[in-house]
Formats: sequence, structure tokens, C-alpha cells
Amino acid sequence: MADPIRQLGAPGEAPALRPGRVVGTPFRRVDGRAKVTGRTLFADDLAFPRMAYLRLVRSTVPHARILRIDAASALAAPGVLTVLTGADLPEPFGIMPVSQDEHALCLDQVRFVGDPVAAVVATSEDAATEAARAVVVEYEPLPTIATIDEALATPHDDERIHHHGDGGNVHKKVSLRFGDLEPGFAAAALVLDDLFFYEGSTHLPLEQHAAVAVPEDEDRLTLYSSTQTPHYLHRALAQVLGLSAGRIRVIATPCGGGFGGKSDPFSHEIVAAKAALRLGRPVKVTLTREEVFYCHRGRHPVLMRLRTAFDRSGAMRAQHLRTALDGGAYGSYGVASTYYTGALQTTTYRLDAYRFDGVRVFTNKPPCGPKRGHGTPQPRFGLEIQLDKAAVELGLDPAEIRLRNLAPAATVTANWLRLGTNGLERCIDAVVTGSRFRERWGRLPHGRGLGLACGAYLCGAGLPIYWNHLPQSAVTLLLDRSGGVTVACGESEIGQGSDSVLAAVVAEVLGLPLGDVRLSVADTDLTPVDLGSYSSRVTLMVGQAAIEAAEKARELLAGAAADQLDVPAARLVFAEGRVLDAADPERSMTFTEAVWAAEARHGLIATAGSYTPPRAPGRYRGAGVGPSPTYSYTAAVIEVEVDPTTGLIDVEQVWIAHDIGRAINPVLTLGQVEGSVYMGLGEALYEEQVVRRLPRHRSGASVLRAVSMLDYKSPTFLDMPTVETYLIEEPDPAGPFGAKEVGQGPLLPIAPAVANAVYDAVGVRIDEVPVLPHKVLAALDAAKRGDPARFGPKRFPEVDYGETLIVPTPAEGGDGTAINDWRDRERRGMRGAGGTMAERSAEPRSGRR
Amino acid sequence: MLRLPPFTFRRPATLDEACALLAGEGAGEGRPVRVVAGGTDLWPNLKRRQEEAATVVSLMGITGLDGIGNGGANPGAGAHAGDRDGPTGSAAGELCIGATTTLDRVAASPVLRASYPALADAAAGISTVALRNMGTLGGNLCLNTRCTYFGQSEDWRCSIDYCMKEKGEVCWVAPSSDRCWAISASDAAPVLAALGARVRLVSCAGERAIPIAELYRDDGIEWLAKRPDEILAEVLLPAASAAGGRCRTAFRKLRRRGSIDFAALTVAAAVWTGDSGVVERASLWLGSVASSPLQARDAESSLVGRRLDPETIAEAARLCRREATPLDNADFTAQWRSRMVEVWAADALRALVRFPS
Amino acid sequence: MSVLSPVPVTTLPLLVNGEERVVAFPVHHTLLEVLREECGLTGTKHGCELGECGTCTVLVDGRPILSCLALAAEMEGRSIETVEGLARGSELHPLQRTFADLGAAQCGYCTPGILMAAKALLEENPAADEAAVKEALAGNLCRCTGYHKILQAVAWAGAILRGEHDARPEHEWLYGSPEPSSTDRGEAKPGGEEVGARG
Repeated sequence: MADPIRQLGAPGEAPALRPGRVVGTPFRRVDGRAKVTGRTLFADDLAFPRMAYLRLVRSTVPHARILRIDAASALAAPGVLTVLTGADLPEPFGIMPVSQDEHALCLDQVRFVGDPVAAVVATSEDAATEAARAVVVEYEPLPTIATIDEALATPHDDERIHHHGDGGNVHKKVSLRFGDLEPGFAAAALVLDDLFFYEGSTHLPLEQHAAVAVPEDEDRLTLYSSTQTPHYLHRALAQVLGLSAGRIRVIATPCGGGFGGKSDPFSHEIVAAKAALRLGRPVKVTLTREEVFYCHRGRHPVLMRLRTAFDRSGAMRAQHLRTALDGGAYGSYGVASTYYTGALQTTTYRLDAYRFDGVRVFTNKPPCGPKRGHGTPQPRFGLEIQLDKAAVELGLDPAEIRLRNLAPAATVTANWLRLGTNGLERCIDAVVTGSRFRERWGRLPHGRGLGLACGAYLCGAGLPIYWNHLPQSAVTLLLDRSGGVTVACGESEIGQGSDSVLAAVVAEVLGLPLGDVRLSVADTDLTPVDLGSYSSRVTLMVGQAAIEAAEKARELLAGAAADQLDVPAARLVFAEGRVLDAADPERSMTFTEAVWAAEARHGLIATAGSYTPPRAPGRYRGAGVGPSPTYSYTAAVIEVEVDPTTGLIDVEQVWIAHDIGRAINPVLTLGQVEGSVYMGLGEALYEEQVVRRLPRHRSGASVLRAVSMLDYKSPTFLDMPTVETYLIEEPDPAGPFGAKEVGQGPLLPIAPAVANAVYDAVGVRIDEVPVLPHKVLAALDAAKRGDPARFGPKRFPEVDYGETLIVPTPAEGGDGTAINDWRDRERRGMRGAGGTMAERSAEPRSGRR
Repeated sequence: MLRLPPFTFRRPATLDEACALLAGEGAGEGRPVRVVAGGTDLWPNLKRRQEEAATVVSLMGITGLDGIGNGGANPGAGAHAGDRDGPTGSAAGELCIGATTTLDRVAASPVLRASYPALADAAAGISTVALRNMGTLGGNLCLNTRCTYFGQSEDWRCSIDYCMKEKGEVCWVAPSSDRCWAISASDAAPVLAALGARVRLVSCAGERAIPIAELYRDDGIEWLAKRPDEILAEVLLPAASAAGGRCRTAFRKLRRRGSIDFAALTVAAAVWTGDSGVVERASLWLGSVASSPLQARDAESSLVGRRLDPETIAEAARLCRREATPLDNADFTAQWRSRMVEVWAADALRALVRFPS
Repeated sequence: MSVLSPVPVTTLPLLVNGEERVVAFPVHHTLLEVLREECGLTGTKHGCELGECGTCTVLVDGRPILSCLALAAEMEGRSIETVEGLARGSELHPLQRTFADLGAAQCGYCTPGILMAAKALLEENPAADEAAVKEALAGNLCRCTGYHKILQAVAWAGAILRGEHDARPEHEWLYGSPEPSSTDRGEAKPGGEEVGARG
């Protein structure tokens, strides 16, 4: 069936009743009232009779073997019920099948300050805390590896943090080449070769992670947790607890902020579950703010070398990107993160010849993972600054050089990503016009500047985390003969408005008021699987699954109603809780009457919809990271004032345009854009998750500099500039009602736009974030000395990236495989060869239709 | 949730009672008795196990220990009103601020706004609205010294084998040094020092009023000259006109964010000028750059006898930078903070010129 | 296992949202803990317990304070207000309405604290301008919204509280009018279908 909005809006139909349009109009989010009245129950708000409290004991050394854990005095402390150690949970886990390198409690080795070693459960949190202080852990120190250089310089077995990965302390190496770079570089009018560094940062959700494990009858367990990925957590619990998944129920409580930080299964969740099973009573664990910093999984610090050939017109002819990711102590999503630092480089601007080398290393620091934009803000920072430099070199306007490079819509990129609609040109036009960029860039007084940058992002990862051919999202509808409809879906609300999207889509298709749609979400006992709130997948995938389920229901109702009303089913319109004849709106019945009619004919009306992303054309090892049903686009202009005597930067205003496809709810869409700008500005100017080391000859200690809301500089109301947002609506056929993502993409242009604006203001390049005042001053000082007017990294390490996979591009007549990979040759004859899900190409399967 | 360790809590109704509790059995020995007012410093420190307390004595139940007033009219006189005429009582025209006066009241006080705007500004810039509604002037003056190696959780500090401010051996800010370099982070202290304020300390043994500059010691560990059994009861500000000439004051603070953050640097300036506009007396104090408020004596001298013209200001600011040695124990890099001393000092001095006549 | 606690406990009448109740609690427990654990009022959240994020803000005698840094034992005779007391029966406070309608609550975790801080501000000054609102809320961190929708919601609620019952937020089309109007800024309006909203 066609898009219902368009159908209703078609000429000649003009129903007397105004159709209950939900999609595209602003509405109060379905969880709005609960959230403003304090009624929303977050994980730590839950309480159960006989509930006990768990406190983790964490490593106080960065790298060591555990010699002994003495819990005797903790066990003897008042109120203590049990103490758990690694031996109680020996099964490893990890979000990616290829990186099963975590233990709920460390077995014999700790890998960073904050690694969980033991757990104390007591009748009160006070008692658990006191007793946890009494647990004595004896360590034998191992050398601390805290930098990319140190990780690369420790190749021997006895120096390794883990015994998996690509040798030594290298977790993952990637080397891919698409097309021949030589002609582009040979003929270039300009070759830029730049080093960039993007510092790590963390999500800092206001809600500290929390979980409550409740043992149920007959070896069953319910775990309530603040998680973005209840399905993956469900699998990890089954794996580590050795319990059938059918006996475990995971309920994702409303999540008080995620941003990627609650996408891994975590130690505290598993340990609480184990403790609850052991004690036969509910166990709650709520992390302290400091522990949230140790969970991390935040932005990878990435060092980059970007070498690009430009022709005289400013068009990029060839590009070689090298990245080095500081991964921290565990794998987490790191394999995917590594690929992501290269995969989306081709989605905004056309690149016919592209080489990407990436390496991720293990270090004794809290593990990095996916943070809003997952692996892509770092190379985006480099690319957008380099374009700015190229524009200056070639005498072009920064907007113009981008417009000349735009990736064409609905094409396949050199690295085999299929692009959908592309609203970037309109985005650039909007922000350039709004900020009067062309009139003002390069012409403002010293100290004031404008910077432009763009970005593109996934609307859902094309492949799931673990290897399967199943739908990535599913929705069921149960129509109630008393009125209304119950929608069930495993999606998890993390504040982005996923519940509201789900309800709106169903309400739209069935012509129901939002209030008649009841949701049951994120409960593995009751709701069909959705993979979770990550990779900006929910609106598109849940939306499409919901449309399918709702359209099936509408078809059943329309058939029955058509008979009763004696009208062709095709002429029926579902609007404002009624089913009516578009030609004669007087002929109608209520939605509930239609349910009666349909249920009488078919029995219970329950329908299901599911969504599987379309097959991606790439077939080479690594082609699984990057594909998406479509991509969102964003452009931003930022105006700054830079004080040349202090280096302090004041962001005056942000203009941002986002190609949303179609806004399901414009007010929530704007909120996502503004929130992304905020988080981007935090990374650009304030926030950094870095370790502090003590003088080596005195101590091997390596601790996070900031483990509090005071030391970690999340911007306040007073630090946030005005934001002018333009929503560019260019409906994409891949999205529900044309919608694309908005949760992550708008973050991408922010940091490079700030750096570009600083250049426009005071003429120095800050090639790393955060752009701190002392760096600006250092660059200004350098300029005065006659040195390059720049602050940033000075060297890129020598890395052996291994053999480069050579993948002919579509233009070269390739078939999506590498010509020098035996796996590709084998796969042509055989399914299920080695490698990770991320590395495998998608098998042929259909989308929603 | 991060929680407080258990303690016994006392909420005396009079200052005498409070003093008795501090002098009581076991006080000062192993079982520390601690005084709390707004709690915005002590509670976090106890939660992080940076400090300990067997008994906590709250001053917030003491009637009359808060308020802003002149001399005898001061509600802060409280239980000790009778002592006011004694040697430590307020001098004529002195303005008295009770120790438990919350920072929001200091910031909003019309009297202070009119006569000592730098103090009101300093109070208004401390942390956040909610914290200023709780935190007190006395508490701000007694603030424990801060350091990025110390202001962390117990586990974190264990990870670095602690530091000499507690059970550790070294000062990680300057490992070869034999002292603790934790910094005085009170925003009110440098302003009150610049204004020549005094504090009244009360104990069972009697009371004394000392210049605020003498309240502080250049030592991150023993930062207060106040004895543990003494309670800082009130702040005594000299009359605005006491020193003759016109007094102008300014306060400037550097921090990363618009709120929440402690200062990375503060500058408090007071100058007294005659009718000719020539500086007769100058008082320049820097905060958050040393273990106590730091008097920029050379800069002060450079101002006396001159007008506050750009050249004079620039020279005094340069001298300020020379006199302060920020270390790497607060936000931003130490080197950058050092450069900013000059910029911020110049800014504060320029603000004095713009002071409305 | 020890059941006798050496921890000093106190019993006090607390006046919360206009209702007095007698509560027993360990004296070292903060108002935050007592509200959430003894009174069952979990609407008050916590983000750091060190006074660094504003999440646990409640009103005491009408003034915003951080419940993580206040002992419940100090609260006798004081009037405590939490987010649960904001609505009158089922009728939402204007701040609650505008926050819900504008999506000023995304994950909703900082929302109770911000609502209470904003309520105190608007009661003191219903005409508070944007600078005053920013200043009043600058101790409350939010990681979701970028603060814009919150500022708009407080401004709108202020108008309602001033008696402007027909008040609509800036860019009215965003909040319920059927058709988007074009950006209302006169100059430099980008062409095409895009729609604009100024934060």
C-alpha cells in the first residue's frame, strides 16, 4: 500500500473528516507526561521485597596478575550476604563474537584501573560499600601500556594485554584499497598530507548504569537494566550464566541517557544476575559516577594521517587515510570501530580512488567503544579540516569546494556502499544562506570567524552484531475488540523518542489517535526482537517493521469493513479512529467496529511485521561495516570569537541543516539535532577522557584524570550557544514515510566546523580536539616565530597494516570482492567462511517487501 | 549511589554548645569531631573518604549565626553578643557577616553590592545556584585545599598510593618537593583579604579576631591557622571608608565552564584613591594559585602613587604573573594559567577604572 | 550475621509536598536517600551525589538545593518540594506541560531537578528572561537536549504563569499548528522546503 499520507492527500479524495495525521506534525512524546511527573521508573528507582545491594570491587592497578583475593573480613562484615569473584563466572563474553575477551569479574589478570575484580552483596548499600572496602586484592604488577606507541612497541607474547587480536597489543588491523590512487596523486594540482588527532571522550549519561536482578520461580530470572541493547544483553546473560535464554527475561528500563555507553553487556549486570540466583533474592546494583567512567566504551582517541589529491577545481581525486585507534583494555565494538574510522569517508564526497589503513591497539585504560557517531567523527574531523585547507590553497570558498565534491545520490561508492537520497547540497545552501557565510567568511575582523563542515551517517547498520539472516527488527500488533491496539517491540527508549516513533507510525497507518496505541517494549519475554538503540537504526527499522504490521492489520480490517459498509476496500480511509469511505465520508464505522467485524471473520486480529535491511553490494572482507539502508546528511556553520591574548573561544552561534528525509515528529527531531550539536561542542571544546600517569621511576600508576562531573567538563546552560536548525525534508524511499536518522549525524560536522572557524578568526590550524585555549596560544606563538601556524600531532607511527586487500571499484567493473583474498574466492563457492560478522558480506535476502 | 559514612550528628542551638562539643571528650584525637555548615565541602569530602568524622556538629541550628549587619546590630552576634564590646568586638562602622550566611545572601545583599561589590561578585560566581543556597561564607573560607591528585575517590587515590596530604609519601604535583601544594580554592578569601577583613574565632577557651590573611597558612595540609576547637563565627569587614579615600574593588575568576567549576585562578583587587585619582593604597590578592590566598606585593607597590592608566595596569599585571607560580593541580595547564594571571589581573584592574563614581 | 546496627538512627517529621510524615532513617543519610528510599519518592534522581550535576535538586522552603548534600536530619520544620508535588492533582504545572510538549525531557533523567530549579526561578520572577533562566539552571547538567528546548519550555511556562493563557512558544507551528510556516526571520531565509527554528 502506498504511503498513507500521500494517499490521503491525493486529489479528488478530500475526506470530510480531516485525517488524523500524526506523522509530520509535532506531538507530545508518548512518555512525556511520565517524565515530567517523576513517574518514569528508571532502573535504580525499582525496589523489591528482600532486595539486596551489590557493590563491585575494582582494580586499583592498571595492569597486573591477581595473586590473591582475601574476602574473609568482607564476608564477616555486618549485613554481608555473599562475595563473588572471577571463579564464580568463568565464562567469557563480549559484544562482538570475535572479541569474547571480558569476564564479569577478572579471572587472573586486571587490565585497567576500574576493572571489576570482586563483588560484595549485602542487605544495604551502606553495608555493601563498607564491606567492599575490606576486600583485599594482592597484585603482581605488569608493565603499563598506555599509549598507541607503547602498544605498537610491545609485540612479544609476555607483554600482551590479551592473547587475541592481530599480534602483540594490536587488536585489529585493516588495510583496504579501492581503485588506483597513483594517477590521482600524479596529476594532482594540490596534495595535502595532514596529521590529526581526535581525543577520546565519554558519553556521561546523567543516569548512572543500574540493574536489578530478580529471581523468579523455577530457575527463572528477570533482569531490569538501563541498557540500549536488551537483546544482546539477553544473549550474554545466557552465555555466561549457562542458563537457557528461555529462562532469562531482560527488561530494558527507560534509559536515562545512553549515547552508545549502554550498548555493551556489562559486568555489573551479569554479576547481579548471578548473585540473585545464588541468594534467591533480588539484587540491585547502581554504579557510582566514577564507575560509569570506568565502563566507558566511549569515543576512541584516534590519530590520523590523511593524504589527499585535489585537482585544480578542488575535486578530490585520490585519498589515503591512515588511522590508529587507542582501544583501551578490551575489544568491545572495537573491530567495528576500526572499520568505521574509514568506511563512511566516501559517503559525503565523491572519491573514486581511496585507500584506508586502520589499526586498533589495546592499552591499559577503560575500553573504548561506540559513542554517538561511532568511529566516524574522527576521520570526519580530518576530512573537513583538510577540505577547508584545500579551499584556502586553491582560492575557493569552503562551501564551493564541498559542492564540487558532492557524492551523487543513489549511486554505489568506491568502497561499495549504496547511497540513497542525498540532501547535502540543500543542507549546505541552508546554512550558508542562514549564516551569510559567503559574504562573511574570510572578511570578519581578526578574532571572529566562521567555519563550515558537513557529515553523513548511517540510518542503521546493515548487519547485526552476530552472524544471522534474521530480521533486525520486528513488531507485533494485537487489536483489542474493546478499542485500541497493543504494539509490542523489543526497541528500547533511551530518550531519543523511539517509543514515540513506534506509536506514531502505527497510529498513522491505522488512523488512530496516539492515545489509543498502547506500547509494550524492550521486554524479552513479551516483545519480538529488535536489536537495540544503536547505529541510528530505530526510526528506520522499527518504523518499517511497524508499518508492515499495521498495514497487515489495516488490510484485515478494511476487508471486513468494506463488506459491512458495502464499499470497495481500496476506497476506505482510516482516520480519527474511524474507517470511512473516501468518496462518501458519511459511510463509516468506528475503528472498534471494524475490529469486531474483522475478528468475527478471521478470529483474533494479531499481526506481525519485520524488517531486514537490503543486501549491500560489497563482498570483500570488511564490507559489512558501512552499509546502511540510506544515509543522513548534515551541514553546519559555526561562528566563533577567539581572544588572541588568551586563546579562549566563544561559540556565538551554530547554523545546522539536517537532511532528515522526513521528520516523523519535528519537535523531537529538532531536539535530536540540538542535542547532537551540544555533544559535538563538548568534544570540540571541553571534554576529554584521558589518563594521568605518574613519574615512571616512582610509579606505574595510570588513572583517569576526570572521574567526576566536576572534572569532566560537560558544558552547562551558560556554555551553549544559539542554534538555528533547518530540517531538510527529502523523503527517502528506504525510510518509514521517507524518514532518515537524526540522533547521530548532526554531531559530525561540529568539531571540524569549530576548528575551521578558529582558523577564520585568528589564522591558526588546530588539528586536534578538544580545541583548548593553550593550544590556540601555542599555535599563535608558533606563527609569531615563523613556524607553521598550527597545533596538532607531529608524527604518525610506523604501522605494519598487513597485506592490503585490493577491491576493484564499481567504476573499475569490480564485483564487490577483493582480488587478493582467498576468503573471497572460497566464499563464492561456500557460505559461512571465517571472519567476523562485520567482516562478512551480507547474504542475499529481501527487505521489507 | 555514593553515600556518607556513618557518624553521630549534633545540632546545637547555641555557639556555646557547639564550642563545648568541639572541646568535648575525644575531640581532635582519632575520633574527629567536625563542624559543618552548608555541607557542600564536608559532605563530598566525607563521601570520597578524604576526611573523616566520628561526630559532626552542625552550625545551622544556631540562631543568629547568619546575617549581615553593622556592628552591634549584627544578628551574627548571637550567643556571644555580650562579648561584642570586648577587644575582639567589631570596630566602629565594621560590617559583620555571620559565618552561616549562605552565599546566595552574600551575593544578593544590597549593602555588600553597594559597598563591597567584589565580595558579592565572588559569592555570586561560586559553583551553582543550588549550591550557593546551601554553602555558607564561613564554609567557603574554611574550604579544604584542593588538588587534582587529592579531590578524587578513595579507590582512585589508592591507585596512586595516595599523597602526602593524607597517608602517602609524596606530593604528586611536585614529587621532589617536601611539601603539599594543594591550592586554596576559596573565592571569598582573596576578596576579603584584599578588603582587609577579619574573622572572629570562638572556642571554649575564649575568642579572637584575626586578619583574614592570618587565617591561612601556606601549607596544603595545614591550611588554616584556626585551631580545631575554634569555630569561625563571623567575618568583620572594615567600614568602606575606613582607610580614607575612595575604595574600589573588583573580582575576576577564570574557570572552564560558566558554572559548577572551581576557579583555575581568581584575582581580587582593591584600591583606595584620593580625589586626584592617584592610588594611595592598593591591595591585590590572587586565589587558586597557591595553598593560601597570595598577596601580590610587588604589584601592589607598583600601583601606589600612580594613576590606573593602561601602562600602570600592564606593569602591575606583569608583576602579578611573576609573583604567582601555578602548578599542575587545577584545571588547564599550569603554563597557560600562569600567562592568564597577567591577563586576568589586568582585567580586574581595568574594572577598577570603570568603577562607577 | 549482625542485625544490630551501630549506625545512629533518628526519627523526624518531614513535610514533603505539603504532607507531613514521620520518617525513621540513619542520621548520615541525605535528603536524597531518605526521599527515595524511605518516602518512596523516586522522582528525585541522582547523577553524582557530590553536588556537581544538579540532578537531585529539590526545593526547601521554596529554594532549590541539592538533596545529595543535605542531611535529612537538618530538615525538621522545613517545607520540602519534589517533582511529585508539582502537579495539582492530575493537572500538570505549566512547566510540566511545556516540557512535555516541547520534548524538553528527552531521557527525562535530569528533568525533575530542572523542573524544580525552574519552578523556584519562575516563582521568584515569572518574567525571567533567557539570561536569567540560563543563570538559574546552569547548575543542572543535561546531556540530551543541548538545553534549547528547556529554555523554550521555561519561557513558555513563564508566559502562562504571567497569565498569558494563550501564550504559544516561538515557532508556533512546531507545537501543534497544522502547517509549518516558513522561518519568520526576515533576512537571509534559506529557500526551499526547509523549515527553521531558532533556539
